Amino acid sequence: MMAEYPLFFAVLIPVCILFGFVTAGSMLIWAERRLLGLWQLRYGPNRVGPFGLLQVVADTLKMFFKEDWIPPFADKSVFVIAPAIIMTTVLLSFMIVPVSPDFVVFDSSVGLLVFLSLSSLGAYSVVLGGWASNNKYSLLGGLRAAAQMLGYEVFMGISLMGVVAMTGSFRLQDIVEAQRGMWNIGPQFIGFIIFYIAALAETHRSPFDLPEAESELVAGFHSEYSGLKFGMFFVGEYLGVTLMSSMMTLLFFGGWLGPVLPPVVWFFIKTTILISSFVLMRATLPRPRYDQLIVYGWRVLLPLALLNLLVTGGIVLMFQ
Amino acid sequence: MSLERAVIVDLQQRFGDAVLSEQATADSISTIWIHRNRIVDVLRFLKSEIISPYKMLYDLTAIDEHGRKHRANQPASRFTVVYHLLSFDRNQDIRIKVPLEEENPSLDSATSVFANANWYEREVWDMFGIRFTGHPHLRRILMPRSWEGHPLRKEHPARATEMGPYQLPEEKEAKEQHDLQFRPEDWGLKTHDENSEFMFLNLGPQHPGTHGVLRIILQLDGEEIIDAVPDIGFHHRGAEKMGERQTWHSYIPYTDRVDYLGGVMNNLPYVLALEQLAGITVPERAQVIRVMLCEFFRISSHLVWYGTFAQDIGAMSPVLYMFTDREYILKIIEGITGGRMHPSWFRIGGVAQDLPLDWQKPIQEFLNYFPKRLKEYDTLVMGNSIFKGRTVGVGAYSQAEAVEWGVTGAGLRATGLDWDFRKKRPYSGYQNFDFEVPIAHNGDCYDRGLVRIEEMRQSLRIIEQCLKNMPAGHYKSDHPLTTPPRKEDTLVHIETLINHFLNTTWGPVMPVNESFFGIEATKGSNGYYLISDGSTHAHRTRIRTPSFPHLQMLPLLARHGTVSDLMATLGSIDFVLADLDR
Repeated sequence: MMAEYPLFFAVLIPVCILFGFVTAGSMLIWAERRLLGLWQLRYGPNRVGPFGLLQVVADTLKMFFKEDWIPPFADKSVFVIAPAIIMTTVLLSFMIVPVSPDFVVFDSSVGLLVFLSLSSLGAYSVVLGGWASNNKYSLLGGLRAAAQMLGYEVFMGISLMGVVAMTGSFRLQDIVEAQRGMWNIGPQFIGFIIFYIAALAETHRSPFDLPEAESELVAGFHSEYSGLKFGMFFVGEYLGVTLMSSMMTLLFFGGWLGPVLPPVVWFFIKTTILISSFVLMRATLPRPRYDQLIVYGWRVLLPLALLNLLVTGGIVLMFQ
Repeated sequence: MSLERAVIVDLQQRFGDAVLSEQATADSISTIWIHRNRIVDVLRFLKSEIISPYKMLYDLTAIDEHGRKHRANQPASRFTVVYHLLSFDRNQDIRIKVPLEEENPSLDSATSVFANANWYEREVWDMFGIRFTGHPHLRRILMPRSWEGHPLRKEHPARATEMGPYQLPEEKEAKEQHDLQFRPEDWGLKTHDENSEFMFLNLGPQHPGTHGVLRIILQLDGEEIIDAVPDIGFHHRGAEKMGERQTWHSYIPYTDRVDYLGGVMNNLPYVLALEQLAGITVPERAQVIRVMLCEFFRISSHLVWYGTFAQDIGAMSPVLYMFTDREYILKIIEGITGGRMHPSWFRIGGVAQDLPLDWQKPIQEFLNYFPKRLKEYDTLVMGNSIFKGRTVGVGAYSQAEAVEWGVTGAGLRATGLDWDFRKKRPYSGYQNFDFEVPIAHNGDCYDRGLVRIEEMRQSLRIIEQCLKNMPAGHYKSDHPLTTPPRKEDTLVHIETLINHFLNTTWGPVMPVNESFFGIEATKGSNGYYLISDGSTHAHRTRIRTPSFPHLQMLPLLARHGTVSDLMATLGSIDFVLADLDR
């Protein structure tokens, strides 16, 4: 079918991916609050619509109509651009995510590398946002984001190279197909754990929410943001979580592979479970100090990631 | 010759005429009047030159003697400055009084002897207008800088209605804003050194990590704290001044609101001081009821601390679990007293009412339920390695520092000093209970936490003993000053009826004397120093609260840590802003 109507699908797929993931990202506003409620012995939002599902609509409307205020002391252009960066880079990343064998916007032979480079750019958003706000708390938040990036970026890419070595390709479809026999979570368990930690840090999710650290920096880098600009940081974070969970599904949990149900459904189920695990982390863990995160990254996770790559490479060579 | 006599003789020999006289008080704390010229020497002598010295400046305050009628055998004075010292070796206190006769007096600062005299002297200056020469930063501490007059002086009005309507014209607003601005040079802080320019971060009074209206100004180099200056007083409500206008009885609800997490625990030192003053013996049943409720409030307060501490470290769930448990306790308290956070349930001579029918059941259920929860929290919070990384070795102080700065309660026990007023100076029948005093040794955030958590377990033990051995008898004393007197007696005796009438319409008249009582409250030692001049209200009510000295220590703990460490330290101190500012 796709061959018959190439133009139609060329439009349909990006639209579906864009709307699908943006909706999923914003639904997380509701899902996270309900899940946290469940784990914290309370209800969470349950008033707007069935199960509080329309809370997302209410929140979005509110954000649209809030005063979009730029502080007079801020660096205006950078202040406006910063939240757009995270939205752009995360949304662009989704183009290489195959939700089923054919359903992908940009079938790249180096999909994984595209993902890694785009997701690293996201850190600029936080650093610039914190700097442009010209507020001391925001500045500290931005500084922490920069420091934090130095902590996790080093081992993030390396943690995935085991998967690449096993597959022999950077193309995400190939990586998924290679997991027909066994999901990568088995042989690449250490790689998965390291990448998971990096993903938490990359998306600035608790316990690595140091740049906003509510009890310390009030709201950190986005203290001065309101209205839709705040909304972009907010949804950008949830989109990041969705992106990271999708990537983990593809890289370690066999992507769309699964019996009976259609591929898209399998992809959706696996991603949702991983997203919930992000929320569970937030409900459970306290926050380390930023220097502890960096030390942990360089002294523990980086050597571990390198060791994992070394061993994987050795085994791959042995069986060639 | 007893030890305390020996000290007085020593003082007389050493300082001769500077020792003016002795005063007998209802609390039997040795009270000695000293001439102002020698006060610093006397304090130094008591702190470091005698055997078993008085190492802690437990309290420092003043009394406006204006209008006080009954002062037989006391040196004449317009103001009296009072130093209350504590000796751990002797388990004894000593009170030094200095008479000052002028309208605007001054005397030498004791900051060179006791580090924690700093804030206390600022408070006395703020409240009474007594100058301390040689004090490094003698400026207002609780009142705004633009305040006119000194509130605890007798001529200062106590009610807003006596002061005329409040107005805030633009010039005044601008002036107040200007006063609030932080100028580093006022505090001797540098704006830069040879390597870097420092950032001054204004943390609070509105900040999620300060647990209330506390302002701390941080001098930062990156995220490292070079120095910190706490700015307090935003929660000051004049609780001590109110004590001078409410009757002895009607002041009880005000005490609840001092440490607002401690509930009836605040009533206890107040009523104990009054009972000591009046010579009332409280029936055993009332004592045990008091102990039981106090221990419930200790757990409840510690739960709030536990949850918010975890939240300060970034864990968002524990606080919700702990508030659920606290709700359980508040329900029990509501069942017994009818109130929740502020039951105001203790009375002079007993408690307000007897226990309700079937009071045992919910308590027994709680005793079965809570230990399991505590165990879970150990795994969730104290056992977490990130949590340990943030708290072990952070915000630590030594035992000597703790004593120097007037630290009491869990903060002191975390440095290894086994000092609990319930054990050392048993009150309200604590000597009849079997419980242990948990201690730790490193004096850091984590150890302060450990001590409090173990304290909750010990409190459970005490509550269990209350439950099993609740004595029969009356919940109120039959002393005539018991307020209100037993209702059933008023229907039988004319004497009791008259007492009831007088005590409820006019208020009880306490005998002329002075009385201090300190207890082991939730956050440290809370004490009331009451001066009765033979009327229906106090001539002076002094509230010694633990949060005041604990926060005074903050700069010492904050230096060379990061902003994150400061939050951990603040969380571990367990303070309440109303307890700090009163």
